[in-house]
Order: sequence, then structure tokens, then C-alpha cells
Amino acid sequence: MDALELVRLNLLSPMVLGFALGIVAALVKSDVKLPEALHSGLSAYLLLAIGLKGGIELGKAPLGELSGPLIATLAVGLTSPLWCFATLRGLGKLGVADAAAIAAHYGSVSVVTFTACGTFLDAAGVAYEGFMSALVAFLEVPAIIVAIFLARRTTAGTAHWGETLREVVFGKSNLLLLGGVAIGALSGPAAEQVKPFFVDPFRGALTLFLIDMGVLAARRLGDLRATGGFLVAFALLMPLVNGAIGALVGDLAGLSLGGTTVFATMVASASYIAAPVAVRIALPEANPALYLTSSLALTFPFNLTVGIPVYHAIARWLHA
Amino acid sequence: MPDPLPTVALKRVTIVGEAVLETRLVALIRAAGAKGFTRLACSGEGSRGVRASDWEGANVKLETLVSPAVADAILSALARDYFEHFAVVAYVDEVHVVRGDKYI
Repeated sequence: MDALELVRLNLLSPMVLGFALGIVAALVKSDVKLPEALHSGLSAYLLLAIGLKGGIELGKAPLGELSGPLIATLAVGLTSPLWCFATLRGLGKLGVADAAAIAAHYGSVSVVTFTACGTFLDAAGVAYEGFMSALVAFLEVPAIIVAIFLARRTTAGTAHWGETLREVVFGKSNLLLLGGVAIGALSGPAAEQVKPFFVDPFRGALTLFLIDMGVLAARRLGDLRATGGFLVAFALLMPLVNGAIGALVGDLAGLSLGGTTVFATMVASASYIAAPVAVRIALPEANPALYLTSSLALTFPFNLTVGIPVYHAIARWLHA
Repeated sequence: MPDPLPTVALKRVTIVGEAVLETRLVALIRAAGAKGFTRLACSGEGSRGVRASDWEGANVKLETLVSPAVADAILSALARDYFEHFAVVAYVDEVHVVRGDKYI
């Protein structure tokens, strides 16, 4: 399949089109917006379903096959906030708290971007390791902790480490994701019982969720004025840098072509569910308009439309 | 006409804040000595506008009926921990509460 065909395949998926519909809805000031409880319920459903899927595959995978990718995940999770932070401080001249807050988001992972990559590969007929979603759970947390540590090393204010760790590790998103992985891995073949609810309607639910994400992202566009040119460039270029690093590391860790694409996408993506909550509490002096607008209104749509096919192209090039 | 029920004058402290703060605000009013509270999910706009999380919801509104001393303690703790960096509104009014002795 040539590159153009892959881009077309990605852009015209129901999920991406759903996201676009959400943006249009917000721009024309339509009243499309899921009730808060449904939005929150849908994200819980998606997180649990993704964890479950990864857990079932994790139960089947031999431990040896997993160690390389797992080490790679932790290594990237611990180091990517460092170079993001250095870039934001050095080139962007951002304050310590803001730079650390943004680094936490870009070091962590967006579960929805990950899922979009999976559906892209399914449509393109490229296989990938089923345990990747278990790795998402392991990529989500370390970066947030490293970034908060970076900020608290030099700034006054207490980090409340116990509370922060509890927030990140046992926060809704990580607990549901890891909980899903555990349920899937432990129940094994018995997980078939919940398939009609968690697997088959998954993409429909994701499309609905993405419409809502589009509305939320478009609402943040107004905040772009506050973010400044550097952050816009950062939000669009950093994913490419991180994606290329992710592809390289994923390839070295022994992942397949599909797995490398997924890993690159994970590393390129920026969190907007787990990180904002943890960062808001641990680094209250950081400006939410900066970290949320860049991750939700810029990086997320960028990865969804352009990023994923690009990371796939890099992975293909590495595997050639 | 039956006699009107006796009431007690109390302070009603209302706090509207970012939803991410919910558990912390509840802990704060509990620690200050409040015996209970009412919680509402709500949304609105103010000078800050930006919320850290749409996943946690927009705002939370907490109301508690307390003695004047506890009301002061709640407001000082709020001012100390949250007013600087978070979107938090707090106000106090006097209310006349039936069975008011339950709350002090």
C-alpha cells in the first residue's frame, strides 16, 4: 500500500471523521456535547476495554518476548521528559513549572491516540503485538513522576510525593487500564464471555468519544493565543522527534513492523487524561492553558491525522 | 396554627472549585470541623476559565452548615492552600437552620 493510500485510509476512518465532526460542531457553536457522566463513563469503558484486550494477549505471550519491549517502554518513559524539559527550558525559555508540566504530558501517553493507531494498522492489514496496550499502562506513569521531580528539584513548594504517586498510579485512568490488563491476563479464555460488550462495540464507542474529543479540542483552540508561537511549534514538531526515537527504540527492542509503529505512536503522543489531573495537583503554579492546549488541541489532532501514517512510514523504513 | 419550628443561626459556607480538587476540599472542610456537606457537580465561568481536566468534570460546589468559628477556619485554610493557583470561589451567608444544633 503506498503512502498516499495509507494517509487516505487514516483520514477517512470513522474515528478521525468523528473527531472532525466534533471540531466542526464546536466551530459552528452547535450544542453537540456528551453529558459529562457519559463522557466519563465512555472513557472508563474505553480504558478498561483496551486494558482487557492487552491483558488477554499478555496472558498468551511468552515472558521472554515481552522483556525487551517492557524495558524499552520504561526507558523511554523515564528519559523522554528529560529532553522535552530541556527543549522547553532551553529553546522555549519557559519557566520551570510550565516546562515540567508540559514535559509530563509529552512523556506520558495518550490512550486514544494509541487506539487510533491500532485501528489504522488493522485497516492497513498490518499485524502488531497484542500486548502493546499493556505497555501503554507502563508508559503512562513514569514520565509524570520524573517531570514533577524535575520541577520540585529547583522550585520551592512541596511535592506531596505520597499523594502525587497515589494520584498517578491509582488515578482512574491508570487503575482502569492496569485493572483491565490484570482481568484479561488472569481470566484468559474466560474473557471470551465479555467480548460482545468490550470488543465488538469498541470502535463505535470510540467514534462517539472522539466526537466529544473534537468538541473539547476545538474549545481549546481559543487558548492558542495564550500559548505563543514556540509552543505551537513544539506541539507539532516534538511528536515527530519523539515518534522517530520511539520507532528506533521499538525496532531495537525487537518489535514487529506493526508493533514498532504502535510504539512510535505511543512515544509521540501526549497525555490529556492522566497527566493533567496529576500535574494540576502537584504543580499548581503551572498554567493549564499551556499544557492542555498543546497536548489536546494541537498534538492530539496532529498525531491522529498526520502523525500515525508518518510513524508507520518511519517504522517501514527501519524494517526495510 | 402550630408554633413555627425553632431555628438556629448558622453560617453556610459555599465553595465552588475545580473538580480535580473535590476530595481535597471535602477533606479540608472535614478537618476544619464541619459535620457534613452537600456536593453538586456544576459548571460556570470566571476569571480563570481554564480547567485542567474535562475528565474529572468542570466544577464542584460544596455547601456546609457550620458555626462561625468553623467557617473562619475553612476560609483561612482555603486562602492558604488554594486561592493562589486554583479557580476557587468561597462565600459565607447566614442561614436559619431547623434542628441547627446538629451542625455544631
